[in-house]
Amino acid sequence: MTFLNKMTTRTGLAAALLAGTVMTASAFTACQVTDTGGIDDAGFNQTAWKGVQDAMAADDSVEGRFLESQAETDYEANLNSLIEGGCDIIVTVGFLMGDATKAAAEANPDQKFSIVDFAYDPTIDNVLGQVYATEQGAFLAGYLAAGMSETGVVGTFGGINIPPVTAFMDGFYYGVNYYNEQKGTDVSVLGWNPESKEGLFTGNFDSLDDGRAFAENLSQEGADIIMPVAGPVGLGSAQLADEMGTDQLKIIGVDADQTQTDPEKADVYLTSVLKRMDSTVTQVINMAQDGSFEGGLIVGTLENEGVGLAPYGAFEDTVPDELKAEIEAVKAGIIDGSITVGM
Amino acid sequence: MSDKRPDLKDVNERMRGLMARTTHGRDDFEDLVIVPLFAVVVALVFGALIMLATAVDLPTIGRSFVALAVGSVGSLSAWSETLTASIPLVLAGLGLGLGFRAGLFNIGAEGQLLMGGLAAVVAGFTLSGLPWIIHLPVTLLIGALVGALYAAIAGFLKATTGAHEVISTIMLNLISYRLLDWLLRQPFIQREGRSDPISKDVPPSAELPRILDFIDVNLRLHAGIFVMLAAVALVYWMLFRSKIGFAFRASGENPSAANYAGMNAAFVIVLAMGTAGALAGLAGATQVTGVLGRASPGFSAGIGFDAIAVALLGRSHPIGILFAGILFGALEAGGRQMQVDAGVSIDLIGIIQALIIIFIAAPLLVRAIFPWGFRKRGKKAGEA
Repeated sequence: MTFLNKMTTRTGLAAALLAGTVMTASAFTACQVTDTGGIDDAGFNQTAWKGVQDAMAADDSVEGRFLESQAETDYEANLNSLIEGGCDIIVTVGFLMGDATKAAAEANPDQKFSIVDFAYDPTIDNVLGQVYATEQGAFLAGYLAAGMSETGVVGTFGGINIPPVTAFMDGFYYGVNYYNEQKGTDVSVLGWNPESKEGLFTGNFDSLDDGRAFAENLSQEGADIIMPVAGPVGLGSAQLADEMGTDQLKIIGVDADQTQTDPEKADVYLTSVLKRMDSTVTQVINMAQDGSFEGGLIVGTLENEGVGLAPYGAFEDTVPDELKAEIEAVKAGIIDGSITVGM
Repeated sequence: MSDKRPDLKDVNERMRGLMARTTHGRDDFEDLVIVPLFAVVVALVFGALIMLATAVDLPTIGRSFVALAVGSVGSLSAWSETLTASIPLVLAGLGLGLGFRAGLFNIGAEGQLLMGGLAAVVAGFTLSGLPWIIHLPVTLLIGALVGALYAAIAGFLKATTGAHEVISTIMLNLISYRLLDWLLRQPFIQREGRSDPISKDVPPSAELPRILDFIDVNLRLHAGIFVMLAAVALVYWMLFRSKIGFAFRASGENPSAANYAGMNAAFVIVLAMGTAGALAGLAGATQVTGVLGRASPGFSAGIGFDAIAVALLGRSHPIGILFAGILFGALEAGGRQMQVDAGVSIDLIGIIQALIIIFIAAPLLVRAIFPWGFRKRGKKAGEA
């Protein structure tokens, strides 16, 4: 049994190697559980993680950790491993984690939690929800798309039919309709019907192939501007737009300014509907640090810049100044309440 | 004398040879234990090399392996997570291993698991009101039954038309994904007030109770572990002690010999697929009643495919599958800790699992890497 002896020697060596590595303790640990799609999805999860990174950059005593969920079954397990990891606050990213976060929060009343995209009713004492009026930002994007479309057809599709996704699609649809009302045009929206709550969904937040295929279908139906609301799935659509040329197909990004997060395809993004999860996550971490944290809700709106529209990027000179001014006016209208996002 | 009943003698001869191959002697120790053991070690070493190649520094690699160990077996909660993850892997792996023994390469555990799991959820909320002592077993049994029926489709197609089970089970997997998406939207199953595909909750009386929550509410290990152990014992008995298990193994080793010996090939195929499907369905049922509490799209999370690896690593032997399943559960639980403590991507665990399979599938490669781990060929057993 010589191999056993050799194995023991090896294990000994390995242990000696490891003895030198000791974890450094830090003053404040912020932990994050991502949704499926991954931490580097150029959108949803990445933006939320940027919030933790910003907090780390601003304050050396903050340490950030994250766990990626590969499937919905990972949520609870991931939360459990973080509960043991001595986190001062656990931020869960995504509506689908609502149940798992609630269960973990109730089982661990002393642990602070915050969840992106979920509002509990009634509120839970140790959970702070972060929600966004994304329909406001998407309304502007819809108005812009209607103004820029040459075919008179624009499209959208989502990842899964859940409120944080469909809020974008609602806003987009109503924005296009508002443009039609104002201008007497007849731009149509493919992929979503806010009344029946039915539309195009890939059923996942990670298949780039689906992003490409769905965009291809919409394009064949005449859409020349598409807003994919499905995290990294949209990167597949951007790939297609890059190959077809932006005179055929333009993409509207979501969550982050995708000209920044997807720099290789920056040219295809007409704009992005910003959902400033980074700013609310940083805000929540600061609240947990200074003791002002309490259960409840933070809502990001156009007014407090929790949502918004990214710069026009490569299309800065293509978008007419007139349209830009109109969008600013619509934005002001939404903020002062003279324009309502909806039917 | 041989000219009187030559064919029967021939069959007997064949059957004896068959028996010798299906009952493992000491010679098989190396193949059964040492090769998998080394495969794991080599895969871990390769994992470290891959980390080095992707510019992870040595202390981080060290820390990630410590995290892997601590997160999988280093504490009570680590054990709880490891075993929780291993329950569906072992159950589905047992079914697949049983199929392999019967010569059926069943790729369909994923679909059988989804169908069985969904059936268990539906049984759970429609039969609510029953006392748990009836409700829970009925829920699990319905899950197993639906898994069995779903797998039997592939068995039936093979027995009647000769359609290869690899193709038909892959197709059935794809059908199950979409069927699940569609079923989860039906008002009868969909949770009230939600527009996304998600089922109603399994009521507490159909849930597998958590067995360690009196120590800490976060310990997720549930009574499914007893289901798993019972299934290991049952499959062991079935394969090696029962008549039907002998028929499974005989058909797997030599279908024509089994046929000549009077075993009904079609019946054996359908039954073996059905049993495999029942175990996969049971895996889905324990997952929804013990861990998830509901069904959502893709709740199988690839368990049905990982279980193929578990069955191969366990050499289609119930005890081997038990250990292989626990190992894969440990990799999953430890991999999570690896990500938390060292920030190493969870994808690395997938790579290590794949490497283990490669080395298992290529025993000669392992022998070449570790010549000192094996006795020289030709020496007698028992010399070590």
